[in-house]
Amino acid sequence: MGLFILRRSGVMIITALCLTFIVFFLTNLYPNLEKLAKTEGNFRMSDEAVASWLDKNGYAQPMIVKYGQWLGVVPGWTRVGEDGITGRCIKGAVEPTTVAQAPQFCGILQGDWGYSTRFKTGVGDIIQTRLGNTGYLMMWVLILMIPSALIVGVLAGMREGSATDRSLSTLSIMTTATPEYVSGVIFIAVFASSTVGLKWFKGTATAAMENPTFENFFLPVLTIALYGMGYIARMTRASMTEVMTAQYVRTARLKGVSFPNIVLKHALRNALIAPFTVIMLQFPWLLNGVVIVESLFNYKGFGWALVEAASNNDIELLLAVSVVSVVVVLLTQLISDIGYVFLNPRIRIS
Amino acid sequence: MEPLTWTGALAFLNPLFAIALTALAAAIVIWMLLSIAAAGTRQVANADGTITLAGNPQAIASLGLRFAFIAVSLIALAYLLFGLVIGSGAGIVGAISRQLLPTWTALVLLFGLSVCFKRRLGLYGKLFDSPIGVIGFALVMFWVFTGIFGAMDLIATHDPLSQVSGMKNKLPGTPVRGAEAGEYGWYLLGGDNLARDVFSRMVKGAWEVLKYAPLATLFAFMVGITLGLPAGYYGGRLDTALSFLANLILAFPVILLFYLLVTPEIVATGLPQYMAVVLFAFPIIFCGVLIHSRFRTQPKKNALWMIAVLLPVFLAYMSLINSAGSKIDFWPLDFFDIPGGVLVVFVSVVFVNSPTVFRIVRGLAMDIKTRDYVAAAQTRGERPWYIMLWEILPNVRGPLIVDFCLRIGYTTILLGTLGFFGLGLPPESPDWGSTINDGRKLLQIYLHPALPPAVALMTMVLGLNLLADGLREESLKD
Repeated sequence: MGLFILRRSGVMIITALCLTFIVFFLTNLYPNLEKLAKTEGNFRMSDEAVASWLDKNGYAQPMIVKYGQWLGVVPGWTRVGEDGITGRCIKGAVEPTTVAQAPQFCGILQGDWGYSTRFKTGVGDIIQTRLGNTGYLMMWVLILMIPSALIVGVLAGMREGSATDRSLSTLSIMTTATPEYVSGVIFIAVFASSTVGLKWFKGTATAAMENPTFENFFLPVLTIALYGMGYIARMTRASMTEVMTAQYVRTARLKGVSFPNIVLKHALRNALIAPFTVIMLQFPWLLNGVVIVESLFNYKGFGWALVEAASNNDIELLLAVSVVSVVVVLLTQLISDIGYVFLNPRIRIS
Repeated sequence: MEPLTWTGALAFLNPLFAIALTALAAAIVIWMLLSIAAAGTRQVANADGTITLAGNPQAIASLGLRFAFIAVSLIALAYLLFGLVIGSGAGIVGAISRQLLPTWTALVLLFGLSVCFKRRLGLYGKLFDSPIGVIGFALVMFWVFTGIFGAMDLIATHDPLSQVSGMKNKLPGTPVRGAEAGEYGWYLLGGDNLARDVFSRMVKGAWEVLKYAPLATLFAFMVGITLGLPAGYYGGRLDTALSFLANLILAFPVILLFYLLVTPEIVATGLPQYMAVVLFAFPIIFCGVLIHSRFRTQPKKNALWMIAVLLPVFLAYMSLINSAGSKIDFWPLDFFDIPGGVLVVFVSVVFVNSPTVFRIVRGLAMDIKTRDYVAAAQTRGERPWYIMLWEILPNVRGPLIVDFCLRIGYTTILLGTLGFFGLGLPPESPDWGSTINDGRKLLQIYLHPALPPAVALMTMVLGLNLLADGLREESLKD
C-alpha cells in the first residue's frame, strides 16, 4: 500500500511538472511576450525596443532556465544595469549590498507567485481570495450534488426496469445533456427574469461574494450541480443494478431479509465503491462548470480569474491558475486511486 | 401586418393542452411515487395454467400516464399539422411548423422506410424496437435535416447575419418593418440585440454543429483507435508511455487548454497548425494500415486499394493543413482553405476528445485480446496489425458506436463552450454557443434571443444521449 501511494505520488509529480511546463511554454511563446512588452511598456514599441525590454526583464533567457527560475530551483536572474542591479527576486534597481540580502531563489516553491499585470497586485493574494470564493461555491455544489446523485442512482438501480428506474434514468440523461451554459440560461429565464420569470432567485451572484443567501446563491450552485449529478447518478445506478443481481443479494432475499434491509445493509456499501471514484474524477469537469457559471452569474471566483488572466495575457496569473487547477485535478485522481484500493477489499487484500 | 400570437387561430386548443400537460405531470409523479411504495406487479396463476398480471394501483397509474401522454402528443401534433395547413394563421407555432416542412417530410420518409425494412437493417433496424432509441433518433434526425435544409436555404426566413432596422430585441412574432413582397413578414422568434432573426440563426446554427461535431469526433476516434489498439494489444512500455500521455491531456482543464490554444498570439506561432499536421495524419495512417494488413499477401489488390483510398485522403490532408499565408504553405495543390479560427477550434476539440477514446479502445482491446478467436488468428500466423484491425476492431464496434453517439453530443457541448467564451469562431457566427453568449447579456429583460439556441442545443444532445442509450440496449440484446 505504501509503495503504491509512493509510486502514484511520483507519477503525479512528474505529470504536474510536465503540465506546468506545457503551460509555461505556451504562455511564454514569443508573440505572447511581445504583447506583454507592448502592454507593459508602450504600444508603439519597435521590434528592437521589444527585444531590449524583454532582455532587461529576464524574458530573453532560454525557456528551460526561465521555467527553473519560475519554479524556484534555479537562482533568479540578476542584471547589472546603469542605475543599479535588477533581478527576478529584487524590486526595482538597487545597490549590490541589498542584492546580497535578497533571496537567491524565488519561484513558486518559495511561495513567490509573481505579480499580476491585470490586477496590479501579487498573484498569491488573488489566488487566495478567488480560490476562497470558489471553494465556498464548490462546497455547496458538492453538498447538493453528491447526496442527491447517490439517492437518485440508488433509487433507480435498486429495481432495474421499474417505473422509478425509467423516470429517474431519463431525468439523469436529461441533466447530462444540459451543459451549464444552457441550464444556467434556462434557470435565469424561469426563476430570475424580471419580465416573465417567477422572480424567486437573483440572476446574478455578485452579492453572494460578501453575503451569500439562498436567493442569490442557489442558482449557480444548482447549475453546476445538475450537470455533474446526472453522470454520477448513472454510474451509481449501474453499480447498484450490478450489485442487486449479485449472488449474496439473492441469498439474502432467499433468507427472507426485507427489501429495505437488503438495499441498506447488503447492497449499498458495495454499490458505493464505483461512484466514489467517479465523484473524484468529476473534479476536472466541475472546474469547467465553475468557469462557465462564474462568468454567467458574474461571481468573481477562480474561474473568473482564469478568464480574466487568459483574455488579458496575464502570464503569471495564468500560470498560477493552471498550477492550482492541475494540482487539484491530480490530487483528486490520487485520492480516487487510493480510496478505491482502500474501499475495495478485493484489491486491498491482494 | 399584425404581430403573430403563439397559436393564432388554434388558441381554442390551449386550455386543452394545459389540462393535458398538467395531467401528464401529475401522472408521472403519482406513477413514480407508487412504484417506490408498491412492490411492483403481482403475478396471478389462473386455473388453466396461464399467468396474468394482477391489477394494482401502479398499473392504473401507468394506464393514466399513457392516456395523458397520448393526449399531449395528439394536441401537439394537431398544432403542428394545422400549422402546416394554415401556416402563419396558426400563430408562431404554425408558421414555424410550415417553415420546417422539408424537415417533416424527410423525417416521415426516413421513419416510414426504416420501419418497413426494419428486419433487414441490422442494428439500425433493431433501434426501432426501443422507444427511447426512437425518440433519441427522431430528435437527432430532426436537427440533422433542419441543419441540412437550413444550409440549402429552405427553412430560414431571413439571412442570419442581416440586421433589419427597428427589429432590435423585438418579441417573437413581430412583423418585419418595411418587409417587401417576397420577403418573410415576421421575425418568428423575435430579433436579437443586433436586430437579427433569432429563428434563422438557430436554424443556421444547427448546420454549424453538423459541420464540425461529427467530423471532429470521427478524427478523435481515428486517433484514439490507431493509438489505443496497439497500447491495449501489446501492453508493456508502449502502453505505459501512451497512457501517461493520455492522462497528461486528461488532467488538463479543458477551458484552460482552449484559452491557451485559441489566442491569436499562439495561432500566429503556427502551433495549432503543427498539431493539425500530427492529428490529421492519423486517418491516413489508419486507412493505410487497415488496407495493408488485409491485402498484404495480394500485392496487386493492395496497391490498387492503397492508391484508390490513400490518394484522395492524402490530397484532402494536404489541402487541410496547407493554407496560404500561414506557417505551412508549400503544397501547390490546395483545393480548399479552412479559415484559421475554424481549424484551431477543430484541432482543440479533436485533441481534447482523443485521449478518452484512446482509453476506451485500449480497455476494450485488452479485454478482447484474451478471446479464443484472437488466439486462433495468432496461431494461423496473422500479423499483429491484422489481428488488431480485422479481428479485434470489428468485435468492439458495439461499444464504440454507442460511445461515438455520446461523444458527438459531448463535442457539441464543447463547441458550444467555445462559442460561449467567444473563442475561435468568428464573432457573428450563428453557432448556438455564440448566440447564447450574445443573448445572456440581456437575459434579465429579453429572454427570446438566448432561449431558442439553448433549447436547441439541449434537445440535440439529449437526442444523441437517448440514441446512444437505445443502441446500447439493443446491442446488448444479442
